[in-house]
Amino acid sequence: PWKAMHDPATQIWTSFIAHEQKRDQHQSSKQHGGPTMAEKGVKVFGMWASPMAIRVEWALRLKGVGYEYVDEDLASKSDALLRHNPVTKKVPVLVHDGKPIAESTIIVEYIDEAWKDGYPIMPADPYDRAQARFWARFADDKCNAAIFPVFTATGEAQREVVREAQRCLKTLEKALEGKKFFGGDAVGYLDVVVGWYAYWLPIIEEVSGADVVTDEELPLMKAWFGRFLAVDVVKETLPPRDKLLALNKARREQLSA
Amino acid sequence: MQKHHTIWKKNRQNMSSEKQETAAVRVLGRWPSPFVIRVLIVLGLKGVDHELVEEAVGNKSELLLASNPVHKMIPVLLHHGRPISESLIIVQYVDEAWASHAPALLPSDPYARAAERFWAHYVDDKFPTAIRVLRGRLDGDKDEAAAQVCAALQRLEVAFVECGQGKDYFGGDNVGYLDIALGSHLGWVRAVERIAEIRLLDAAKVPKLAAWADRFCAHPAVADAMPDVDRFVEFSLKNDGALKAASANSK
Repeated sequence: PWKAMHDPATQIWTSFIAHEQKRDQHQSSKQHGGPTMAEKGVKVFGMWASPMAIRVEWALRLKGVGYEYVDEDLASKSDALLRHNPVTKKVPVLVHDGKPIAESTIIVEYIDEAWKDGYPIMPADPYDRAQARFWARFADDKCNAAIFPVFTATGEAQREVVREAQRCLKTLEKALEGKKFFGGDAVGYLDVVVGWYAYWLPIIEEVSGADVVTDEELPLMKAWFGRFLAVDVVKETLPPRDKLLALNKARREQLSA
Repeated sequence: MQKHHTIWKKNRQNMSSEKQETAAVRVLGRWPSPFVIRVLIVLGLKGVDHELVEEAVGNKSELLLASNPVHKMIPVLLHHGRPISESLIIVQYVDEAWASHAPALLPSDPYARAAERFWAHYVDDKFPTAIRVLRGRLDGDKDEAAAQVCAALQRLEVAFVECGQGKDYFGGDNVGYLDIALGSHLGWVRAVERIAEIRLLDAAKVPKLAAWADRFCAHPAVADAMPDVDRFVEFSLKNDGALKAASANSK
C-alpha cells in the first residue's frame, strides 16, 4: 500500500471515510463572504520524505478525514503550491475547500479545531495546551537545530554534536515522564509534532554512524519510539525505509562534498 | 510623554516580596522587551490583576531560573505559581484561561485563527532580528534589515485587510492576537526609525498599517503597557551603544 501512496503523481486517498464537513462554519467564514467556487475537500501539498508534511497526515488520519496528497518535487515546485503559499513557498500546505493553511504546527491545530468533534489532538486544559505548545516550539527550534549537525559531522566533532543533541532530547524527554505518550494515554499534539524522531532519527543514526537515542541515555524516548511507531495512523503513513535511507545517504554525501 | 510614563508605572504593582507570594498572576519580565509588553497588553485587555516582577538587566533572578529553566528568558507568566513561557504561548494561554473575559483574542472560525497564527509566526520570524540590527545591538547590514522590515510590512498590509475585513484592527472591531503580536514591536519600530534615520511605517507605502499603528498605540490597554517611543530611544542610547552622535543630539 505504501508504494501506491508515495508515487510522485497526485494521489487520491480513498480508503478513509471522509468526515462530514461542517458546512456552517465555512459558510459563515468572513474571509471570502461565503463558500468559494474553488475545489471542495482536503488536499495536502507535501513531500514523501518530509517530516513536517507527515505531521499533517497524522493529524488528518487521527480525525478520520480523507484527503488528496500532492507529492511535490521541491526542486521544481508546482504552480499550485506557489499560489497557495506565496509567503514561504514551503511544504506542507493544507488546502481545505480551496483555502490554504501553511506551517505544519499551525495546520495541526487547525485540523483539531476544524474537525472538533473528532479525535482530540490538543489537550483540553489551557495549561496543558500551553505546555504542549512550549515543547513543540522547543523541539522545532532547539532539538532540530541540535540534530542536524549529527547528520553531517564526523569524528571528534560528531561526538560533541551527539552530546548536544542528547542534551536537547533529554530536556524534551521530561515531558514524557510517567506517561505512555506525550499526550498521556493516547497520542496528542506533541506526539504528532515530534513523532518523526521515532522514524527519522534511527535513519540519521544509521547514515551518520552515530548513536543518539540509546537505552542508556534516553530510555523514555527510546521506549516511546516503539509505542509511537506501533500506532495505526503512523504505521500506515511512514515512507519506505530503504528509500528514505537512500535519500538521506545521498543528502549527507552532498552536504559533505 | 510624561503622562505615558506615569500611567505605566502606576498600574504596575511593585509589591514587597511577602505580597508577591500571594498574587495569583505574576509576570516575570522587564520593559522594553516587546515580548513582555505582549503579556502586559493581554492581561490589561482581559482586566486581569497582575504584578510585574521586574528582572534586572544582566542578572537573572532565582525565580526566573526556576520558572523557565529551559530558556531562562523573559517573559514568564506565573499563574498560581505555575509557569508559562514564550510570549505568544502566554497570550493564547491568557485568552483561553480567561475565556469568560471579553474580548476573545482569536476569532472563532478555525481558518481565521490559523491565518492570525500564521502571520504572528511570520512577524516573529521577520522583525526581532532586523530590529536588533537597526538598533545597533546586533551586527548586520542595516539596509538589508530595513528592507526586510519594509517587505514584511507590505505583506502585513494585505493581511490586515484579509484578517480584519476593513475594520480597525487585525482582530476586527477589537484588538486581537495578531494586533498584539505585531503591535508589541511598534515601540521599537518607531524607535529605530529615529535611531537609524529611516522610514519603516511609511504612510505612503502602508497606509492602513500606519493608521492602525496610531490607533493601536492609543488603545488604553496598550498605552498602559508600552511606553512612549522617546523612552525606547533613551533606552537604546544608554544600552545599545555605537550610535551616531547626531541622532543623540538632534532629538
